[in-house]
Amino acid sequence: MAATEQDILEGLGKIINEITGIPATEVTPEKSFVDDLDIDSLSMVEIAVAAQDEFGVEIPDDQLKNLKTVKDVLTFIQN
Amino acid sequence: MRILDTAPGAKVLALGHYQPSKVVTNDDLAKTMDTNDEWIQSRVGIKERRVADGESLVDMATQAGGKALAASGLSAADIDLVIVATCTLESQIPNSSAVVAHRLGIDSPGAFDVNAACSGFCYALAAADSAVRGGSAKHVLVIGAEKLSQWLDWTDRSTAVIFADGAGAAVVGPSDTPGIGPVVWGSSGDKYEAIRIPDRHGSLGQEGQTVFRWATTALHPVAKLACERAGVDPSELAAFIPHQANLRIIESIARKLGADNAVVARDIVTAGNTSAASIPLALSRMLERGEIRSGGLALILGFGAGLTYAGQVIEIP
Repeated sequence: MAATEQDILEGLGKIINEITGIPATEVTPEKSFVDDLDIDSLSMVEIAVAAQDEFGVEIPDDQLKNLKTVKDVLTFIQN
Repeated sequence: MRILDTAPGAKVLALGHYQPSKVVTNDDLAKTMDTNDEWIQSRVGIKERRVADGESLVDMATQAGGKALAASGLSAADIDLVIVATCTLESQIPNSSAVVAHRLGIDSPGAFDVNAACSGFCYALAAADSAVRGGSAKHVLVIGAEKLSQWLDWTDRSTAVIFADGAGAAVVGPSDTPGIGPVVWGSSGDKYEAIRIPDRHGSLGQEGQTVFRWATTALHPVAKLACERAGVDPSELAAFIPHQANLRIIESIARKLGADNAVVARDIVTAGNTSAASIPLALSRMLERGEIRSGGLALILGFGAGLTYAGQVIEIP
């Protein structure tokens, strides 16, 4: 069974919390990584790597730079 | 044909290091380029670094090598092989190892340089271990020395804030039990463009994100394999001393390695990234500061341009 958007959001929240210390509850779809969550490019790479382990979807660097919001990542992983 | 008398094992007998006295802080760098202390510390983990102020690479290597030799209690005449790991030597020839040996009064040793960039010390140590166990050398002086400052574009804030100068050295000799574990080494030549000094007029360029991703995904399996090959569980490690590339890479690999009882080297904070020098520099400084103890097991892991990597478990002298 494919993971639902809610499952991915929760998994992503956990990953972001582990890497950056930001509470998982703050990781909501409309949030921008840079402007709202203050996550830098190196942390984004770490998040992408952890997301690959968790969800089995590779997010290459050239795609990663286009993923501005949590929603963008959710959509990328689901597709 | 016959082979030489071999040794059952080899180990690191003593360490030494040298750093230039000139300290460059993040605030110093912020005066000449668009960067700041907070940005550098959060991205790279460096507070200050040392930069050569007149010292040549050979000067630094000689100082570090001389200290390791003195700490070993051996004399120059006991050394029959000198290996210098470096990628920043001023000259194409002669190599640095023969000159360093000459300056230390080591008479006619085998002498070669190793260029595996930031992995160089682990490659050189593996070569020394093999030479001692195979009987082609009895005591080897292994040095990691770099003068990155002369290969940097000091207006490029993506590299100038990271790299630094220094040297670290180890004396390797025979031992009844193994004190240097099997090396795990390899390379990813497909990423050869990720870290480069293209020619002698060029400066160091780095694709930071590519390297960061590689370092945080490809290296913890190498670290685990080096432990496995040595028959050591990561929980038995007293220290984990990876190349001091970036504090966030160091912490990421350490977390994934799961060496829960190990002191993790954070020498980069005050030494910067000194490429092939960073591991012996960290080892020597940590021993001097009492952060690690003689007799404990340390996993060392080099990685860098090539891309290359190498790691092994060693007994701390």
